[in-house]
Amino acid sequence: MALELYGKAVSSRLLLGTARYPSPAILAEAVRRSKTEIVTVSLRRETAGGKAGGAFFQLIRDLGVHVLPNTAGCHSAREAVLTAKMAREVFSTTWIKLEVIGHHDTLQPDVFELVEAAKILGSEGFEVFPYTTDDLVVGEKLLAAGCRVLMPWCAPIGSAMGPQNLPALKSMRAEFRDVPLIVDAGIGRPSHATTVMELGYDAVLLNTAVASAGDPAAMAEAFAKAIEAGQIARQAGMLEPRDMAVPSTPVIGKGVFV
Amino acid sequence: MKLTVNGEALELDAGNLADLLAKLDYEGDWLATAVNGELVHREERSTHHLKEGDRIEILSPMQGG
Repeated sequence: MALELYGKAVSSRLLLGTARYPSPAILAEAVRRSKTEIVTVSLRRETAGGKAGGAFFQLIRDLGVHVLPNTAGCHSAREAVLTAKMAREVFSTTWIKLEVIGHHDTLQPDVFELVEAAKILGSEGFEVFPYTTDDLVVGEKLLAAGCRVLMPWCAPIGSAMGPQNLPALKSMRAEFRDVPLIVDAGIGRPSHATTVMELGYDAVLLNTAVASAGDPAAMAEAFAKAIEAGQIARQAGMLEPRDMAVPSTPVIGKGVFV
Repeated sequence: MKLTVNGEALELDAGNLADLLAKLDYEGDWLATAVNGELVHREERSTHHLKEGDRIEILSPMQGG
């Protein structure tokens, strides 16, 4: 079943970042092989008279995917709001991946500034994808601010540590039953992505784990398959663990050899 | 006129933001501009007059996650 994000339906449950690939051609190949329909991009100071940004923008447009601009590197609501407005100008989209970083080492979101920025952007017609912590109360505040998608981290950005707090992710899923939840940040390997999809998450946003792999395009495909496996497993209904053994072969009718 | 463009100090005469972009050889529909922390829309650049000490940011699409 398609995933609907602010009125746009996508069938791929993988959102892919565009940073740190060995080359633009490998980025394009990773996007194609992952079958992702949404890529994240950034805005940075142009130094080549518009040519560097222009070439990159053309590459993204040629991929034919939805663009989710981010406010990466912003440390205050004010900075994030201005960056979002500049991104809307460039990409002609009301979507914005809202990042407001609060801590230098962990890149943990500053949730206070995040909620403030989400309120302002919501009132100005943006459709906000907030990169947030796995905190329920912050999630509630973001929804109250008008967000209709939440993107909790599972570990620090680029750390590849995988889900660090499964009970918190489970609580968010249970609490925000009808809100699309996308795990953003900290995924290192396909099995991490499967785990969060098995928990009932709607999608996974990745960058470094694919871009820094030995073969990024192959890893993009591996993640796509892992995400799909986790989602199918969730829908199929999984066996709950139990303390004792349970024989899988029927006991009745067994031969008797004495 | 002293301006700061993308964090660099420049001594340059430009009547408005569109003039500045032309003088610095910036071109393309994908550029976003802000002056003193406020967005200046594409269509407002030619009427946005610059003054001494203005801080200008010129951003464009880049790789990001």
